[in-house]
Amino acid sequence: MTLLSILGVLSSAIFSGTSLLYTTLGEVIDERAGIVNLGLEGVLLVSASSGFAVTAISGNPYLGILMSMLAGGLMNMLLGYLAITRKANQLASGLALMFFGFGLSALIGKPYVAVKIHSLSRFLLPGMASLPLKYSSLFKFDVLIYLVIPVAVLVWWLLYRTRWGLSVRAVGENADTAFASGRNPRLIRYQALFVGGMLAGLGAAHLSIAYTMNWTENMTAGRGFIAVALVIFSKWDPLRAIVGALVFSGAVAFQLLLQSSGVQVSSFLLDTIPYILTLIVLIAWGGNRRHSAPAMLGRVYQGSE
Amino acid sequence: MSKITERLTRFPLFGQKTVRTGMRYLLMILFAFLMFGVILLIAGIDPLKSYEDIFSSTLGSAYGFSEVVVSMIPMLITALAVALPFRVGLINIGGEGQLFIGAAFATFGALTFPNLPAWLLLPLMALLGMLGGALWAFIPGYLKSIGLVNETITSLLLNSVAPKIVGFLILGFWHSPRDTVRTPNFVDAARLPTFFGTRVHLGLVLGLVLLVIFWFVLKYTRWGLEMGAIGSNPQAAKRNGIPLAKYLVIVMCLGGAIAGLAGMVQVSGFYGTLFPNFSMSLGFMGFMICWLAGGDPLGIVLMAFVVSVIYSGGNLLQLTRGLPYAVINILLAFTLFIVLARPNFFKGKRS
Amino acid sequence: MLRKSASHTNLKPIVSMRAITKSFPGVLANDRLDLDLYASEIHALLGENGAGKSTLMKILYGFYHCDSGEILFNEQPVAIHSPHAARLHQIGMVFQDFSLIPALSVAENIALFLPQLPAVLNIKEINHRIREVSKRYDLQVNPHAMVSQLSIGEQQKVEILKLLLAEATLLILDEPTRVLAPHETEALFKVLDSLRKDGYAIVLITHKMKEVLECADRITVLRGGHLAGTLLRSEASEDKLVALMFEKKMATLQVNRKRDISESEVPLLELSEAGTRAEGSQTSLKAIDLKIRPGEIVGVAGVSGNGQKELGDLALGMIKCVQGRKFLFGKDFTNQSIQQVRRSGVGFIPENPLTMAIAPFMTVLQNMALTRTWRYARAGGLRMDWKAVKDDAERTMQALEFSFPLYVPARSLSGGNLQRMVIVREMTQEPHLIIASYLTRGLDVQSTIAARRALVQARDKGAGILLISEDLEELFSLSDRLIVLYAGAIAGSFKPEETNVFEVGYLMTGSEVQHVENN
Repeated sequence: MTLLSILGVLSSAIFSGTSLLYTTLGEVIDERAGIVNLGLEGVLLVSASSGFAVTAISGNPYLGILMSMLAGGLMNMLLGYLAITRKANQLASGLALMFFGFGLSALIGKPYVAVKIHSLSRFLLPGMASLPLKYSSLFKFDVLIYLVIPVAVLVWWLLYRTRWGLSVRAVGENADTAFASGRNPRLIRYQALFVGGMLAGLGAAHLSIAYTMNWTENMTAGRGFIAVALVIFSKWDPLRAIVGALVFSGAVAFQLLLQSSGVQVSSFLLDTIPYILTLIVLIAWGGNRRHSAPAMLGRVYQGSE
Repeated sequence: MSKITERLTRFPLFGQKTVRTGMRYLLMILFAFLMFGVILLIAGIDPLKSYEDIFSSTLGSAYGFSEVVVSMIPMLITALAVALPFRVGLINIGGEGQLFIGAAFATFGALTFPNLPAWLLLPLMALLGMLGGALWAFIPGYLKSIGLVNETITSLLLNSVAPKIVGFLILGFWHSPRDTVRTPNFVDAARLPTFFGTRVHLGLVLGLVLLVIFWFVLKYTRWGLEMGAIGSNPQAAKRNGIPLAKYLVIVMCLGGAIAGLAGMVQVSGFYGTLFPNFSMSLGFMGFMICWLAGGDPLGIVLMAFVVSVIYSGGNLLQLTRGLPYAVINILLAFTLFIVLARPNFFKGKRS
Repeated sequence: MLRKSASHTNLKPIVSMRAITKSFPGVLANDRLDLDLYASEIHALLGENGAGKSTLMKILYGFYHCDSGEILFNEQPVAIHSPHAARLHQIGMVFQDFSLIPALSVAENIALFLPQLPAVLNIKEINHRIREVSKRYDLQVNPHAMVSQLSIGEQQKVEILKLLLAEATLLILDEPTRVLAPHETEALFKVLDSLRKDGYAIVLITHKMKEVLECADRITVLRGGHLAGTLLRSEASEDKLVALMFEKKMATLQVNRKRDISESEVPLLELSEAGTRAEGSQTSLKAIDLKIRPGEIVGVAGVSGNGQKELGDLALGMIKCVQGRKFLFGKDFTNQSIQQVRRSGVGFIPENPLTMAIAPFMTVLQNMALTRTWRYARAGGLRMDWKAVKDDAERTMQALEFSFPLYVPARSLSGGNLQRMVIVREMTQEPHLIIASYLTRGLDVQSTIAARRALVQARDKGAGILLISEDLEELFSLSDRLIVLYAGAIAGSFKPEETNVFEVGYLMTGSEVQHVENN
């Protein structure tokens, strides 16, 4: 286990964790408003495929990123229509969205499998260039990676320091009280879904456009569900999600590290660590109300009409 | 339309409510097919030919039909695994994980006792499968009952853990000499028998029998009555002397057991081996089917049939129209959307 | 937010309600009520439950719309369509169940209701304003604390702060002391006093005499939806107020007195120093000593919310006592389940049948079987003997002269029929002990007579009955013994012929018992 290999793990974790973090941030906002999105997997796939397609057609990765964000927001709007306006069960609606995403992304992406695109450029931060090449090359990141932590802080600020964020949290805890204070819980939930969807789209864009630079069916490989677990692990806090994303994506990279140093642990078991950790965290903090889920998570807002 | 309803009502099996519900569902499904047709048009594919492909491959031949039935079998059981807890107001989203663990337990039985005769081995595997599923369902149920964690969250987490455990077990202990990602093929005694040269296996009988038992218990027995009371008004049921906590835990475990049985049925009846991703969202499909059917046994059979037709038809569509198989999910999703959205045109009483 | 001090002799009311009438299905809640509210005054709205106090204030707060009448602000008529509109008129109301969000901090809860909240929150400024106001009125709370960590008393302070910072000048408090300890109540009164001095108008909805006499400037007494009287504090006395709150006539209905209850008979229900722990806004019971003997109806008087629901639930086994013991039929049932309680012959008629007793989506007949499924199960539970259920039910229905359909979903029944259904179900098993909570609430005259007759019949056959009611006439006419429940404890216990409505009224409102001569 050399410094190089450890740094390699870190670099790998950062690369693959960025899309996970964006997605998780989006889901944090949604769940804070009281909506759980089991269809995230489908949202990510549609965003990734459409963004990739636009990048391939236009040759401009930034246009592709915008498309991904838009696609994510729109997919979430679909969930919103079912769960908010039609008052359908959130879990069932989310699953339906997931299946939709499987199919739609396959359709959109079909012409673009194995197509090469113009991706985002990767660069070093100013101070890093002076390091020896074998180290600095590990940390050539694209702009989305550099932006992810500022965005996480921005999401924190949005939720805790703005009027809108307060409204979102109030709706997620007690929509009736939020309504009594003159707010419109349905509208706020739609807004949260759209913002959350855009963030998820950003994550999907990073995955297909910047990281793998590739589109294949089901390329998200469960990231949607991992994000849902990560939201729980981070106790619905955007800043904790940063750590969580590193831990979750680090687990994969960590496996490689272990193997390279001759330790044979089943990759399957290592993959379970994030979830087991989340369970332990949940149980340990379960009695403490401060860290429990938004009170209205998953519940339908009936309204007082 | 009411004339048709009237005529059908004359059959003893169909009460008026059933017929009206059936017609409503039919209309919703037709609408979904219409919307999918539009998507196909946009993608430059002939919708009519596509539908012809779907129906001819599934309903057009005896073998095609049998394939539909094969695909239906696990979904019947996983839907039931959701329907039973639903009756007492519990939402079992953990079917996916329970399925995996049940399959793992059943595989253990198959691999450890290859020399037992089928009439001993198969029931043993079934029991093991149910045990595995019940255990996996017990964890969220227990955590909820001591007031620690929401059972939906724990179930979802455990769903993700279960396939990995299965992968670990296969890779670490059970893999066949030639292939590290699957177990060796089960001996014949560990395979559920099939019928008439098709792939339809005994699991079908199991599933249907379970559904009939479910229907019977709910309609006629004392426990069905008490469960219905709990689902209808838990606090009142408690005041009326019905042991609420006991029922909740037991029913949740039963739901898990049924899902575990579905796992056993799949590895024993369909695949004959265990490998990490054998499920393909069967647990979630069961959840959706139960939801669409409103927890009604007959509805479960019908919706499982529709979903199976769609999925089986997708196979041919891939070959003939060059569409990725996954695209058939769009048709499935449209069906789900429409039923979930309950448009006024189709509105009936909420189940 | 802070007004200049106004003198006590305000000439014009800031809010006037004129001829307010409001009815709900089956009950006239407010009958042409008038109310004048003045600045710098604490106005107590006194009355029993069902007198119409809450309804009247909810109309003022925009929660309900009155059927007729008008509301005037500084002599101008206004229309208040929603609580939001009420808040724009600077009216604030604190409900009995607080509307705070536990997972948010004090400051965030208050911020939610601030009229002009900037898009970017200025936490410092909000905290500063909170500290300012809380210091002025001695409502000290830590703005950063999570509401879930606060005690009930502190939560109430937050509710009041919420109103003050939302710039309300008329504050309505609905039964604020129900959940407070005595020292917290004292602190609250001090707060109200300093608010009043600063010009706020305060409405105190209450049924407690002591509070009224201690802090109110003006008192309006409601009784059965009517205005019984309005007087200044200087004109008021306990006697006068009790006379206004309760009907003057004593109950004259005499019921056939039963045989004398011998002290040596084994009580059907015995609670010995039983105490319960309350959760949230429930009332905890304190050291309840109660005995019900065969052939005895024990009536429980009291304003709803003083522990009646908890007492019924304790007897049934829905809640367990944390102190003391419970005995049923002579055996220790302190830790037994509800099923065992019922099996030993206890019937329960709860105050709200729809939410507490029946399965709404099942048929009436199915509901009939729910309390004794074991009795009607055949073949080990595989089959239910519906014929037996039907026969039993119909027999009881005939005896009581009740009639309702059996094969419809239970929730389609009217309120009255639901109550009848529950009565039939519980009576069918011929229980030895009946817990009846607000038995005749919502019933028409005929059904009321029939239900009471059923209880008396059961009593005559040797059953014991715990009759919880807010209808004093009913209690006086039916009970063999009467207890009064106040703040979770028994305030008094006597035979109906030894006391009268006024005495009971005193106890119900927390006053000292003054033995009044019987006429």
